[in-house]
Amino acid sequence: MATVTTPRRAPGGAGVMPDTPGWARWANDHRKWLFAAPAMVFVAALIVIPLGWTAWLSLTDAEGSVRAESEFVGFQNYLDVLSDTDRFWPAVGRTAAFTVVALLFEVVLGMAVALLLWRPFKGQKWVRVAILMPLVATPVAVGMMWRLIFDPNIGLANQVLGWVGIGPQPWLAGQHSALPTTIFIDVWQWTPMVVLILLAGLTSLSEEPQEAARIDGASSWQRFRHVTLPLLMPTVIVAILLRGIDALKTFDILYATKGRGGGSFHEVETLNVYAYGLSFDYNEYGVSSTVLILFFLIIIGSMWALTARRKEAKR
Amino acid sequence: MKASPAYRVFRVVALVVVVLSLVTPLLWMIAASFKTNVDIYDTGKALAFSPTLDNYATVLKQSHYVSFIGNSLWVAFAATVLSLILGVPAAYSMSRFNMKKSALVVLMARVIPGVSLLVPWYYVFSNLQLVGGFTVLILSHMFVSLPLIVYIMMGFFDGLPEELEEAALVDGLTHIGAFRRITLPLSVPGIATAGILSFIFSWNNFMFALVLSGADTKTLPVAIFDFVGYASIDWGGLMAAATVVTLPIMVIALFVQKYVVSGLTAGATKG
Repeated sequence: MATVTTPRRAPGGAGVMPDTPGWARWANDHRKWLFAAPAMVFVAALIVIPLGWTAWLSLTDAEGSVRAESEFVGFQNYLDVLSDTDRFWPAVGRTAAFTVVALLFEVVLGMAVALLLWRPFKGQKWVRVAILMPLVATPVAVGMMWRLIFDPNIGLANQVLGWVGIGPQPWLAGQHSALPTTIFIDVWQWTPMVVLILLAGLTSLSEEPQEAARIDGASSWQRFRHVTLPLLMPTVIVAILLRGIDALKTFDILYATKGRGGGSFHEVETLNVYAYGLSFDYNEYGVSSTVLILFFLIIIGSMWALTARRKEAKR
Repeated sequence: MKASPAYRVFRVVALVVVVLSLVTPLLWMIAASFKTNVDIYDTGKALAFSPTLDNYATVLKQSHYVSFIGNSLWVAFAATVLSLILGVPAAYSMSRFNMKKSALVVLMARVIPGVSLLVPWYYVFSNLQLVGGFTVLILSHMFVSLPLIVYIMMGFFDGLPEELEEAALVDGLTHIGAFRRITLPLSVPGIATAGILSFIFSWNNFMFALVLSGADTKTLPVAIFDFVGYASIDWGGLMAAATVVTLPIMVIALFVQKYVVSGLTAGATKG
């Protein structure tokens, strides 16, 4: 525009007209906290204070009814839980195994599919739709769906194995096959998430390093290994971070497929399932809070380690 | 550069395998929802069955699923709207004033295991006699949707040039006026993304409703368990119930694909 507008600014603050009422001017000056405060109050009231309360409960012997009296017992619960090789440590092991194995498959498969989808082709739209479907499907429903497919007697999985001459497997019903089967379900549902994230990362990469490597005669594996992968590494770590947090906290598919306590031998009882059972099946609020605080520390620890790796990768 | 013919054949085969392995289980679930239990138990009738609507009749009429659909819709809608009202201005402030610590506190909620909040919530809300009502359910779902909305909207506002607001200030608008009349209208795509994702996550949420809902406020993911008995499972009814909860959300996602993808990948490729 050619015309020059004179800034009409009041002395009180940038952009406030002189005839603005006082409260509006006050709101304008304090907008930073005015905007942020409602959300912060919600977070404080429903998240920070309850979390602090959980930390307090972990130092008491609270159990039974929510109205029952409880006593301060110091770190007794922590000593008990940390020396519990019956339920706690196996649950830690299962949580770690579930998360690490699921992430490994999700990242490797996710990378493969993302590379397949990277360059445009006819019908790409339909593949993307297929990839989106497991992601938005309700996890509990997904668990039920796989429960039918993996049913040892009537399930599709054993039928398909029968066609290729392999005997029926117990899948979710087996004491040792249950955890790997739930990992499979997690991989089915969430690999698409990794695909989408990595695809977004791949699309944002510049073409020049690729071209340069091609002119230098690098094979496609060499280009992937030495050009694409290092450039994509920060995105890979974000994918691991986002997926890892959720994998550690997996609950829905475990509860839907194996019910309370992770099955009769606790075969899929991860920390989250264990803490849930302690809280709402046994009402052991003190002990469950201890497990939850330890669980929270584990999550924070692994996140911190990954974020540090990401900073390194970006350098 | 053209890909080699061998690679192109490999890619077609690989993509067909990917699509089939993602879609077949879902189609199997939907197919089973149209089978009688006799047909489900007869593995010879995997594909050759005569479809029936009996399971849906059981789910929708006998099991009061229509009211559970209403519950799920109401909880997801209310949690999303309230979280947008709280979350969008907060995200704006956090983005414009670079409030890193405050943002971290909100985003921390994405990391905390939900069970660790459920115990105190259950303590407080059962003493207030609110467990089993919609208020608590909606508040608990906001624990999921608010951080998600703040996260997505912060990324969105970071990418929105400040010059537009400054121009509005020069034209005599207050900061809040500029936010309302300039920034908000420009943020509609971001708000749509955040709102859709929040609705999906709230609709799919299971654990909070499992503890905090009552017989009348049950949401669909919890109601599914009505079909799982101790001794036997009504597979037909169960698959129909699973289809009722998950098919609508898949159809919605189909139409707003772009938003769902940008929400799920928000913040993945930057700083």
